[in-house]
Amino acid sequence: MSNVPAELKYTKSHEWVSVDGDVATIGITDHAQDLLGDMVFIELPDVGTNFSKGDDCAVVESVKAASDVYSPLSGEVVEVNEDLADSPESVNSDSYAAWLFKIKMSNTSELDEMMDAATYSGVAADDSH
Amino acid sequence: MGKQTPLYDKHVVMGAKMVDFGGWDMPLRYGSQIEEHHQVRTDAGMFDVSHMSVVDFTGPDTREFLRKVFANNVDRLTTPGKALYTCMLKEDGYVLDDLIVYYMDENWFRVVFNASTHDKDLAWVQEQAKPFTMEIIEPPNMAMIAVQGPNARVKASAVFDEPMRTEIAELAPFTAAYFGDLFISRTGYTGEDGFEIILPAAQVNDVWRALYGEGVQPIGLAARDTLRLEAGMNLYGSDMDESTSPLESGLGWTVAWEPEGRDFIGRAALEKIRSAGVNKKLVGLILEEKGVLRDHQKVIVNGLDDGEVTSGGFSPTLGKSIAFARVSKEVGGSCKVEIRGKQVLATVVKLPFVRNGKPV
Repeated sequence: MSNVPAELKYTKSHEWVSVDGDVATIGITDHAQDLLGDMVFIELPDVGTNFSKGDDCAVVESVKAASDVYSPLSGEVVEVNEDLADSPESVNSDSYAAWLFKIKMSNTSELDEMMDAATYSGVAADDSH
Repeated sequence: MGKQTPLYDKHVVMGAKMVDFGGWDMPLRYGSQIEEHHQVRTDAGMFDVSHMSVVDFTGPDTREFLRKVFANNVDRLTTPGKALYTCMLKEDGYVLDDLIVYYMDENWFRVVFNASTHDKDLAWVQEQAKPFTMEIIEPPNMAMIAVQGPNARVKASAVFDEPMRTEIAELAPFTAAYFGDLFISRTGYTGEDGFEIILPAAQVNDVWRALYGEGVQPIGLAARDTLRLEAGMNLYGSDMDESTSPLESGLGWTVAWEPEGRDFIGRAALEKIRSAGVNKKLVGLILEEKGVLRDHQKVIVNGLDDGEVTSGGFSPTLGKSIAFARVSKEVGGSCKVEIRGKQVLATVVKLPFVRNGKPV
């Protein structure tokens, strides 16, 4: 079973979000990294870019495949995880520590539409079959 | 649910992620595919390749028949156990499959075809064999394990008792022999030393367990693909198929033009293609920027026709993305590859990328 921390929020496209004030930190879930396998390249958005919820905003590439990452929330990118350029494999070893980017949210009510850990666990389990 | 090899339960117990491959449920990877890749480059790994098709051609006309259906010439095979790599072509000179053929004796040749091409290959050879006095037999309940890596020969032969142990360890490259029920050949698809073992399904779990006991690790199809890519070995269906000839697929060396009188299927068409001038070739690409080369990406060189990546991926040995691409014959030096709308720089190189564990 993949790891699904209780304190985070989730999307059905396998992103996680943690919230600090009006800034959301975004990554991909343990289940997503397990599906994709060994990461070799991660393309992150530019700081200052504005995204609407659901926009494709990053690409994670494993040896196996390239996969889009969708912004779970609307807002402006305020920081990206530069360490991933040299160590994309850190997403494999701990996908919740290896965050991708941070967004200053323009509409915090979008958080209410996201899944909690229990609901996401069900989605991830169905997806594995 | 696809077909299962006799090792299916082992793969599941060992934690493999199973995927469909040519109608078979096969292990993609057991853990990290990059670690599996390095395991084969530095030590020894084993692959379940029981999905591949073992077919025996027997009878007095066998050699004559194979001289006709294969583009390489089986007359190069005169010593029992010796193996030959060849393409099987259609009349139009395009590739039906690539395969290895073993000379057993004058009335018996053994062929290993790809898994995904099994049905069309069998239909093709059965049709072509009609005028010949011979039989085409698929030995039932067979399994196949490939053991590959610099330590593969030592670790695999350690599974057996003397005198078999020494005999197996001394098997010459590209040669096979029977050892009891086991048909062992010194061949592979990784660019490393090692064996491919064809054996009765009833014995394969014991041999797999014994190899594991010697420290040979299970390796999935994902690493099999990055290993063969680094080694510059073609994959049927990606790098050549029924719309390409061997001459534009880096396989011209496998076509035996001599003797001129050997009228193999596809020869007339291939001669026309050759005399008209082959304007495409298969090359290696090394990506010089961030990203990963993938199948079907466009290859761009100013002033020349666009080419295409036929097999793209990541090289764990080089730590860079690599690919095979079919490009105009004038291409050399460098090129651009279009990745998600952006043009990135790649160096054009000769194959292979890696030999005996080291970058070439």
